[in-house]
Order: sequence, then structure tokens, then C-alpha cells
Amino acid sequence: MNWITARRRHPLMGYAVVFFALVAIGTLWAVLAPNADRAEARTQEAGATQQDLAAGQALFEQSCSSCHGIDGQGRNGMPSLQGVGAAAVDFQVSTGRMPSMNPDVQMPRKPPVFTEEQIDQLAAYVSTSFGGGPEIPASVDPDEDYARGDIELGQRVFMSNCAQCHNFVGQGGALTGGRFAPELTESTPEQIYEALISGPGAMPVFDDETLTPEEKLGIINYIVTVRAEPDSGGLFNLGRLGPSSEGLVAWTVGIGLIVAAAMWITARQREND
Amino acid sequence: MTDTNDTNAGGGAEGPDDGPARRRRRVIGTPPATGPALAAEDPREAAEAGAAYPGMFHARPEKEQRSGERWASVAFLVAMVAGIGFFVAYFAFRIGEHAPEGSATLAARYSNFGLGLSLAIALLAIAVGMTIWVRKVMPHYEVVDERHDPPSGGERREFGDYFMKGANESGIVKRPMLRRTLLLAMVPLGLAPIVLLRDLGPNNIEVLRHTAWAPGPDGRPRRLLIEGTNQPILAAEFDSPGSIITVLPEPDPGEDGHEGHLSLTEQAKAVTLLIKMRPEELALPPERLDFTIDGIIAYSKVCTHVGCAAALYEQTTHRILCPCHQSTFDARNGGEVIFGPAGRALPMLPLAVDSEGYLVAVSDYPDAVGPSFWERGPNFWERGNEHLDPEEGS
Repeated sequence: MNWITARRRHPLMGYAVVFFALVAIGTLWAVLAPNADRAEARTQEAGATQQDLAAGQALFEQSCSSCHGIDGQGRNGMPSLQGVGAAAVDFQVSTGRMPSMNPDVQMPRKPPVFTEEQIDQLAAYVSTSFGGGPEIPASVDPDEDYARGDIELGQRVFMSNCAQCHNFVGQGGALTGGRFAPELTESTPEQIYEALISGPGAMPVFDDETLTPEEKLGIINYIVTVRAEPDSGGLFNLGRLGPSSEGLVAWTVGIGLIVAAAMWITARQREND
Repeated sequence: MTDTNDTNAGGGAEGPDDGPARRRRRVIGTPPATGPALAAEDPREAAEAGAAYPGMFHARPEKEQRSGERWASVAFLVAMVAGIGFFVAYFAFRIGEHAPEGSATLAARYSNFGLGLSLAIALLAIAVGMTIWVRKVMPHYEVVDERHDPPSGGERREFGDYFMKGANESGIVKRPMLRRTLLLAMVPLGLAPIVLLRDLGPNNIEVLRHTAWAPGPDGRPRRLLIEGTNQPILAAEFDSPGSIITVLPEPDPGEDGHEGHLSLTEQAKAVTLLIKMRPEELALPPERLDFTIDGIIAYSKVCTHVGCAAALYEQTTHRILCPCHQSTFDARNGGEVIFGPAGRALPMLPLAVDSEGYLVAVSDYPDAVGPSFWERGPNFWERGNEHLDPEEGS
């Protein structure tokens, strides 16, 4: 106590108090914030003993129908599932965006709640009950086949149709109204393909007539290849804009800090001693 | 506050002639004021005596001055040569439409390199010459500047004297080699802006009004080709609501049966965002529906603000966002601005379907694409057009 008493009038004490208060609040939030998505994951896995459509229906009614409705029509502004198809379901659920306990402007990517088998059951139920939608053609398995895609063509198509939102190496970016184009660093080739044909959220659709499956494999090959490149962006990534831009930021911020420090030093200087 | 700090306490009433007894407040970083205060003497009086402040004027040895003069002159001559090199580079490397066939990019790179290097050398050499001049030729002062009294009638003459004295001391009057080489160094740099600005005109404004979408020499409307794959688009197959794709005009066929191609400049001007939405989602006046085919609508991808690629289309809100300054356009109602600094709607490309079912552009954009310019005038709808006249846009 003596230690604190002696230093409580120190000029830096105010900053220290604010800093520790922020750390304490952040820690409390991380511990106490609801994390029901994961809790539900365990209960769902435990209950998934049935097969196929019946199991899918059970999953749907338990986890999806509260927002999307038993009939899949959507309610209270929640989207309808009529005609979205299995690919859209697989994309939304396998990326962990659905089911969401906290529907917001946009769901972030999370660890998936359901197992692959459950997702297949759910997708089968949604596409048979509420009408099918775009599907990955049977002749293509993106996870296996992406490497045969024409990477140069894929890059050109990516640059003219994807890079405006997702950044030129798939690092994502901001949209309007709090929405954002997510980064593509964790997406599997199959998820990218599903996103292209289903157009999740605000993302436009690129159906198989507009961009053929082979051209889509080229896009996927570009994304997978470019994200595996060693990142030469230095300490911070800055969307892989490279070390020069990072150097510029470091220079600007660093010089600013030095100027601030210089002003602070001179301002504190005593006179005549 | 102690009694030695009367400089501040006394305010403006005190002049420089307060007498030698006054002690100055010490400034951090300067040696302690020993002996008589530096500012005690009247500057004008001292100037007439030949030096502003006795004991603080250091003239350089004549030998050092002469060597400095030579080296500074060499630097100025280098600057002159580099300045001439700037013009050589400017005229030697023809860029843009004057570039040699097929090497426009390379020519631009050489041009940039030549211009930058020569200009950098010229400016650097002048700076080096100036520095040598100051350090070797000009006398060296230790100066104390007092705050002046409010200006009075005598100020102008005093400034003239002061200026001439500075000119004399700098050596520009009595050392003609320095003077002449400096002038030589400045001549090319002085001429450069005139030549460069002259090349900005005369402008061919009409270039800005047209893109490569105008029908080709045979008058056939151009097909929309997907950028990258170069595939034409069947209107019936571009049918998934929420679809977008970036398209370019079909180029004129090349010579000898080769595939034609568009220059990068033409591509940049003509690049177009093709959007498919449900027909009932469009909110267009009937006459503008002529521009669309069953909910397929095409907008210039060049933002009307400063020309960034505005292509961040959200299929849920039908907004097109430009990432540079957040200009937001509504794709449903003809690309009207709903947010941001853009001053006018995105131009719409009039679409049609040809006999084989492919999407084509009826004509060029009826409005100039990209950032506005003084001579642009009212846009297509403001001009009172209700229906597209193919002659109008082409």
C-alpha cells in the first residue's frame, strides 16, 4: 500500500489506471460473454443419431426453424430458404456462419457447429423440402480438382470480378452498412465454389453458365496458390500490400511519434538549469 | 521569476538600445552570456562599420573562397547539363499514342526513368552548389535577432541597404563565374514547366465522350465479352438473380484473321459491370427500361467521381460502392448517387440481344464515362432524350 501511496500522484498514474481498467474489462468480457454457439454444438452432435432426411429435418427444426421458419419461408426479416439449395446450406453451415445465435448485419466465419455428416443431412433436407438451388456439378470435386484450374485465367477473372471486394490476394475488405467481404484465408476450395454459385449474403452470384466450372477451378487455384505464398509484408500484414507500404506506414507513424516525443521533451524542460 | 528575466517582464517598450547593463535570459543550448551582451550594439550602427556584430563576423580566406567558387560553378554546370538532359529525355522517349508500336509500356518506363533521373540530378547539383557556396564563399555570422519595433518609414530603405549588403557579402556581385553558372543551371529548369504545360493542350475533348463500345466499322453492335475469358454471354443463360460479371466490348477483328485486341486505355474506359436482378427489382422510368434486358443492366465500372473502379456490388441492397471515396450508387434506379462525393449517376450501357441470343451494346454509352469535365454538358436524360437514337451515342 505504501508503494501505491507513494506513486499515486505520479503523472503517469492516470494512464496506468485507465490501462489496467481496460484490461480488466476486456478480460471480464471474454470470460462472461455468452458463447452459446459452441454449447449448442455439443448438444446437436449428441442428438444426431438418425439418418438423412429425417435427421436433417430434426436438425433443421431444432437449430434453424426459429429464424427461417418450419416451412423455410423466413420470418421477421430473416431470409427465406426457398430455392437456396444444398450448396448454399453447406457453405453457410460448414463455415460456421449458421446456425447463428446472434443474427447481425453479417455473420463472421466460426468453427462449424455440425459434423460433415450432419451438414449433408441438413443440406439434403433443405434442398428437397424447400426446392433445390445451384449445385456443384457432379463432374467436379473442387477440393480434389482445383489444382488443374488455369491459374493465369483464374487470376484475371479474380482481378476483374472478385478483387474489388476481397482484395487482390483475398484479404477481404469493407462494404456498406457494416457489411464486409470476408478474407479467403481459411476457405476450402469447395466452400469457395459454393460461395461463387450461391452468392451468400451480399456477394453476387457467378453461375456455371457465366463462369464455367473449369474457370472457377482457375479462380480457386489462384486463391489457394497466392495465399500459400510467403508473406513478405514484414511485421504487420496490411493486406499483403508489401513491405514498401508497411515501411511508409511505419515511417509516417514513427516520425509522428518521434515528433510528439520531441515536443513532450521540450515542453517538460526546466528553465536555466 | 528572478530579476534577470526582465526581457519578458518589460514587454515591447524596451528597444535594443537599453544599454549594455541589461542581461539576457539564457536560451537552452547556447553558451552562457559572458561579457557584454551581444545585442547591446545598434545593428545599423554596426553594419555601417562593416560588420553587423563585432567579433562575430568570420570572412573566409581568399583561397578557400576561390576554391569554393570553382566547385560550386562545377555543380551548377552539372545541373545545367542535367536540365538539358531532362528535355532530351522528354522529347526522345515518345509515350502514349506516340509510342513505337507494341512497346508503349517500355517507352513509358524509359521516359519516367530519364525524366526522373535528370531532374533529380539537376536539383541535387543546384543544392550541392548552393551548399558549397554558403560554406566556402559566403562569410559566416553569428547573429542575434531581436524583435523589431513596429515598422516605420525608415524600414524600406533599411531593407534595401540590408539586401544589397547581403548580396555583396554573398559574392554574387563580385564573383561572375558563380553568377553565370547559376543562371545557366536555372535556364533549363525554368523552361521545363513552359514546355510541359504546353503539351497539355490543345485537348481533344471528344475522346472523353466515346468508348470502344461504339459499333465497329461494319455498324454491327458489339457483343459483351467476359473480361478474362473473352466469352460472349447468352442473355438467356445470364439468368441467376444477383449475378454480376465484368465485361469488355468485342474488339474489331485484327488484320490477317488474327484476334483483335483493345488497348489497355480502351479497356480502362470501356470496362462495364453487368448485373442481373429480378426484373421487378428495377426501379427505372419506362424509357430507361429500354436499356435493360429482362433485369440485366449494365453500368460503367468507372466511378464518376475520380475514376476508380466502382464495382463493389451488394446483391442484397443493389448498391454499387466505390472503394476509393465511398461513393455509393443504386443499381436499381439507373446508378443514381445515394452516398459519397460522386456528382452524377453511373452511365448505363444500352443493351440488346442479337440474332444468336448474345448480349450486345446498342450503341456507345450515351453519356461520357468516368470523372466529369468542364465541357461535359448535361447528361443523356437531361438533354431531353426519351429514347435512344443509335446515332446519338456513337
